[in-house]
Amino acid sequence: MRTYILRRLFFLTFVLLGVSVIMFSLLMTFSPERRAMVYVTTPQQAKDIPSLIKRYGFDQPFYKQYGRWAKEVASGNFGYSLVASRPVSEAFWIYFPVSLELALYAAPCIIIFGIWMGTRAGRHRNSGFDHFSRVFSIIGWSLPTFLFALVLLMVFYGYTNWFPPGILSDESSLYIIEHPEKFVRYTGLYSIDGILNGNLSIALDSLRHLVLPVITLTVVVCAILMRVMRSGMIEEMSKDYVTTARAKGVDENTILIKHARRNALIPVITVAGTLVALLMEGSVAVEIIFNRQGIGWWLATSAIQLDMPVLMAICLFMGVVFVSVNLIVDILYAVIDPRIRLD
Amino acid sequence: MATQHPALKEFKYTLHRIFKNPTAILGFTLLLFFITVAVMAPYLAPPKYEHNPYKVPHTGFSSIPQPPSAEHPFGTTSGQYDIYYAAVWGTRTSFKIGLFVVSIALLIGVTLGTIAGYYGGLVDEAIMRCVDAFYAIPFLVLAMTIVVAFGRGLDVIMIAIASVAWRNYVRVMRASILTIRDLDYVNAAKLMGVSDFRIMIRHILPNSIFPVMVVASMEIGAYVLIAAFLAFLGLGAPRGYADWGQMIALARNYIVGPPDDPFLYWYTIAIPGGCIVLFVLAWNLIGDALRDAFDPKLRRE
Repeated sequence: MRTYILRRLFFLTFVLLGVSVIMFSLLMTFSPERRAMVYVTTPQQAKDIPSLIKRYGFDQPFYKQYGRWAKEVASGNFGYSLVASRPVSEAFWIYFPVSLELALYAAPCIIIFGIWMGTRAGRHRNSGFDHFSRVFSIIGWSLPTFLFALVLLMVFYGYTNWFPPGILSDESSLYIIEHPEKFVRYTGLYSIDGILNGNLSIALDSLRHLVLPVITLTVVVCAILMRVMRSGMIEEMSKDYVTTARAKGVDENTILIKHARRNALIPVITVAGTLVALLMEGSVAVEIIFNRQGIGWWLATSAIQLDMPVLMAICLFMGVVFVSVNLIVDILYAVIDPRIRLD
Repeated sequence: MATQHPALKEFKYTLHRIFKNPTAILGFTLLLFFITVAVMAPYLAPPKYEHNPYKVPHTGFSSIPQPPSAEHPFGTTSGQYDIYYAAVWGTRTSFKIGLFVVSIALLIGVTLGTIAGYYGGLVDEAIMRCVDAFYAIPFLVLAMTIVVAFGRGLDVIMIAIASVAWRNYVRVMRASILTIRDLDYVNAAKLMGVSDFRIMIRHILPNSIFPVMVVASMEIGAYVLIAAFLAFLGLGAPRGYADWGQMIALARNYIVGPPDDPFLYWYTIAIPGGCIVLFVLAWNLIGDALRDAFDPKLRRE
């Protein structure tokens, strides 16, 4: 087990090296002049471009420039973000809690809802509920996240005015700005900070702004989970041990929960990596539409403003998350199912 | 016919299985509808600019959408672009995106997957580790970064999506090559001195291409969705190009109407949005039906 984990960690650095090479090659598609432009703010400085190219070595061969860039990144210097107007590594900690908060609320909803629907659909195959779940999942696949979010906003903000976009309402943000001593930002997550500061109204306000984003992500992401769960349930329910349990007179609910569902959950773990990727993708559209300044919003805004360092940093970050999640999944897989051996 | 060719019989059986499925019929009907609209576009919506039919005509520059009228059957969106015209010509744009991306991605993916699966060893290792690196970044995020690196525009979006999409086909292709690489008929061909290239093209590809094709049909919808989102962000074609994603971007400020009538501008979102959803749904339903039809577990039930 330990050698396996060590090997995977070695492999992880290899994949990240690959990711960084891809990212850096994309940056290198910019001409040296264009990359030097970043340092130019006034038309008068334009004549400095050749000397800037010399100074920063933009005309050096790929491996030399990559080596320098990798050294800087390893020491924590990811460049400067135009959108946030501060260094990327500093700006990251401003945007990250917003995305983390969204993911923390969306993930349980996706898991619970997906597993519940998948179990029910698989158990009553070809029932009305099963057909409903299939239609639901195929529509979930076909809906563009940004369109669904816009429609939700249209109905629940424009028509009923229940759930406004943004992170906090104006009153709450104003309160935090005016009373910085009464609202300490322990975690950066407003719903949790609100409770920790004993200020329930801010926590509730933040939750109110989270309802629509969480619904959007749940509908868009849970389709794949539901599918895997459904086919797993169908397969397990037709196995001999279920027949044996039935013959013994075990009641249907026990068979379902204690026998079949446990085994059907094993293949579900393998899609965890895909779920995380979908969640990260989905949060880009969600944060843009609901105007939540998180990592996804930062990414899209930087893309519009052609802010390459941010895009590279976020790709690296997402690469690390994705690869680590897959590593954890593989280890969990072996822990849960002793038949699987890691070597 | 007693002496049917086995391949023909199998093909007929597959067709029968596909069209037994009501969702497949719905999918093919929708697709047929969109193909008709795309082919008939010059007759359904005669272009105003002969040299560039994808340019949506607009009458005036007012940013307030106008409701459907005799002149504009679906109304106009912000900037007075005719929604009907954009919906019709946007069909062509979407087909262009979906088919271009899928063919380029298939070309790269199938080639690399075949080489990796057939030769194995170091070549396999090198190709698959590259694929792993591409897999580590979420599709949308990587595509967005590539668009930014190459400048913006519809063609850049298509190239960007294609240069991410191939990663999926390498894995599928390699897996299906591995199942037949060591079969006797391949070894027999090798013993007879057939060249590697000929074995791959003549003997291995025809027997391993179906899983990839099924995956491809399921993925086209996803490509159109990503392209629509990138166009929505403003990374796509210039303003006024017939593109559904851009139409939604133009309507974005009008999702909420005046307080007494919040749904006043519904048509600006509903029509391009409905087009995207139905187009993607068509491909997903077809992909779903193909997967069921080719699934060996379900095939002979």
